[in-house]
Amino acid sequence: MLNIALPKGRLGEQVYDAFERAGFPCPSIREDSRRLIFTNPEADVSYFWVKPSDVAIYVERGAADVGVVGKDILLELEPEVYELLDLNVGKCRMAVAALKGWQDNTQYTLRVATKFRRIAKQYYHSIGRNIDIIHLNGSIELAPILGLSDVIVDIVETGTTLRENNLEVVETIVPISARLIANRANFKFKTEPIERLVRELSKGTEQTL
Amino acid sequence: MTLDDFVLDDSEKIILALRALYQHSGYTRFHMEKFEKYDLYAQNKDFLVSGRIITFTNTDGKLMALKPDVTLSVIKYLRDEPDTLKKLCYNENVYRVSKGSGSFREIMQVGLECIGRVDRDCIGEVLLLAAKSLELVAASYVLEISHLDILMRLLDDALGDTKQRAAALKCIAEKNSAGVAALCREVHAPEEATEALLALMKLYGPAAQVMPALRALCEPKGLGKELDDLDAALAALSDGGFAGRVTLDFSAVSNMNYYNGILFAGFVEGLPDSVLSGGQYDRLMQKMGRTSKAIGFAVYLDRLERIGDTTNGGVVFQHA
Repeated sequence: MLNIALPKGRLGEQVYDAFERAGFPCPSIREDSRRLIFTNPEADVSYFWVKPSDVAIYVERGAADVGVVGKDILLELEPEVYELLDLNVGKCRMAVAALKGWQDNTQYTLRVATKFRRIAKQYYHSIGRNIDIIHLNGSIELAPILGLSDVIVDIVETGTTLRENNLEVVETIVPISARLIANRANFKFKTEPIERLVRELSKGTEQTL
Repeated sequence: MTLDDFVLDDSEKIILALRALYQHSGYTRFHMEKFEKYDLYAQNKDFLVSGRIITFTNTDGKLMALKPDVTLSVIKYLRDEPDTLKKLCYNENVYRVSKGSGSFREIMQVGLECIGRVDRDCIGEVLLLAAKSLELVAASYVLEISHLDILMRLLDDALGDTKQRAAALKCIAEKNSAGVAALCREVHAPEEATEALLALMKLYGPAAQVMPALRALCEPKGLGKELDDLDAALAALSDGGFAGRVTLDFSAVSNMNYYNGILFAGFVEGLPDSVLSGGQYDRLMQKMGRTSKAIGFAVYLDRLERIGDTTNGGVVFQHA
């Protein structure tokens, strides 16, 4: 039985369609229900919906054999997993944003508001800028508006939220997309179905997914 | 005095069974001090799984540490005699920071070390004992083998001494081929070298299936000796009846400043981490001023705690 953790939400549903085409169908998942686990014994597969930022934990700890997770979460958590495929969906970028026209004053420690502490720290360390991290869990855009921070480090998809709040991207740190990951130990015992999944999905990523 | 099976818990049975296996195979038990001088670890901090160490000041004012590792103590204790072979086994508690909680934990480690004249026979014997150790603790297991010198050569050919090299090694450990390809493009690595490295990453699975393709890929690069090392190791495991349990996988990487040659890890079905790991560490020996060669492995008892249904408890004790 291959156990697959998918991120709850639009991305997860889009990814499920691709998994179904890859030969891992589980039709009950499409039924409108509040269940969290769906099993299809014929295809020898089980799916479960988890919070997107938790997928990597389920996979690293072996509760799921494979999962789909954003590169942002992989960079932030650095889980010990195999990163088998770039699914080329959920594309966005990790960026530094600030109020329009903002200029960095290097006399001060730069105040950075973010959900992504590790990514922000590594980026500013790489360019040698002294920073203070303000860890927030949501509505990061509010921080520079209220003067809580100078900049934010966050995911930018279309930039609409930034524009509506009079913010702009100052620098792109890294492009982000969804990745197929696998537990390193479970991979040894379920190599065949996981390889088949990777092979079929990689055909799809070049076309429709 | 005979000991009743009833009084022993699963982990005690495993410790005793492994010790019996090693001592019957000619390994002398090495019992070490609980504490070591902090200096020993300070000089080799990145060899340790976690760099953090519990320290205290001894009555004579010297800074001491609770052992985070056994191998360094074994090397320190032994005289450097490259022409003889010393075979030691141990079961000891070590103190490390656990990844989940971020605080110190006491972890029982059982393992063995061979130091001195480590040749192919010795390497074969150590691998065989690793496979037998896995057999003792679980019904379904895999012993995964890699050869670091082969990986290093192909990595050098593609990326040389660039800053992308460390990032590539991380991608290799993650089986992230796209990541490695992107890094090679960044430095305009020779196409043939890039393809060879990506091909090596794709070579994993049962050793008998993988070896011919590996030989075809690596022999033209003058890696014949390394391939013969692998062949000898696989032959020893095959003679021991473990052929079906052995896989090759070059995503198994470790700290390249300390390890070289054959590297291996053991996995048990149902447990999310490796439960055994080991390899040749001639580079660590050199760093500590020794000319002897060395190989060893450890079984992590804490990771076996949840072995649950896959355990082979009764069989373990009979074997002992």
